[in-house]
Amino acid sequence: MSHSSTVDASVSGSSAPAADGVTGFINDWSADKQTYHVPWGKAMMWIFLVSDTFIFSCFLVGYMTVRISTADPWPLATEVFALSFFGSEPIPLILIAIMTFVLITSSGTMALAVNYGYRKDKKKTVILMCATAALGATFVGMQMYEWSKLIGYGVRPWGNPWGADQFGSVFYMITGFHGLHVTGGVIYLLIVARKVWLGHYEKKGYEIVEITGLYWHFVDLVWVFIFAFFYLL
Amino acid sequence: MATAASGQQQHPLGIYLKIWILLFVLSMFSYMVDYFDVQGVMRWTLVLLFMALKAGFILAIFMHVVWERMALALTILGPPMILLLLIFFMAIEGNYTEGARVQYFGHDANRAPLHVEH
Repeated sequence: MSHSSTVDASVSGSSAPAADGVTGFINDWSADKQTYHVPWGKAMMWIFLVSDTFIFSCFLVGYMTVRISTADPWPLATEVFALSFFGSEPIPLILIAIMTFVLITSSGTMALAVNYGYRKDKKKTVILMCATAALGATFVGMQMYEWSKLIGYGVRPWGNPWGADQFGSVFYMITGFHGLHVTGGVIYLLIVARKVWLGHYEKKGYEIVEITGLYWHFVDLVWVFIFAFFYLL
Repeated sequence: MATAASGQQQHPLGIYLKIWILLFVLSMFSYMVDYFDVQGVMRWTLVLLFMALKAGFILAIFMHVVWERMALALTILGPPMILLLLIFFMAIEGNYTEGARVQYFGHDANRAPLHVEH
């Protein structure tokens, strides 16, 4: 971890950038010097997230293409994901709405964890990170329930009882890959929360909580697009 | 911009709580579009509007992009813009394929999906 000390020195030292905006942008890219005035871990997380953006975009654009190109009718998401409680009439899309709220709640607790991390409030940071992980695990649990329901209906990657065959392959591919990201995020959060609790970052600083937060917010961000394009449109 | 210059992102708690509530409200609106069965151009407009607002607030405030220096912000937001071109091309390609399926393979593009039995 010798990198962090060199970056910290250049970040907080006299070479800290003076200008903002376009002038700052040109200054940052000019000459042989460090471009990004953030900890190296944060810059690398952003590079990873930009590449991940392209992966999810490929899935969503692929979904758009098969949905446009099929002449068969697309199944009605609002009916497929409806759920009835205690024998009530099925409420349209309710499970997905609850999942969306769970994920947004987890994003909020994560944002607060980052804030308390920078205040060096170790206890609150750990509690909020664990709450975020718990909400993430809840989300994955609900997704497993959703999958089992659709498998029960006879939705397969190669066909379903209602319309275009591609519905199943798109559904399992996109929600599966997103669920994998959430699962990875839960594990990542718990590892970092444990290290925060053990005091590994007291000297190094709490940037790691923000970096973990970036990943978590990204997972929520991807869900915003999946929710809109796959479930609502 | 002292926060960005020192590499730390420390902001008042209030702004996170406000954005958090706003995201709840916007999600509620998105769900209402489906619940009240809004269709056609209005559905697309509302869903995409709420989506863009939610994504924007998560990126800008929760992920701190609005407080980052322009060099980093453009590294994040610039490259994905090329995806608009991909979306454009694939939409043309998809339309062509559908047209070919209807015209040459006798597919019927006007059937309605079957309803779901719960």
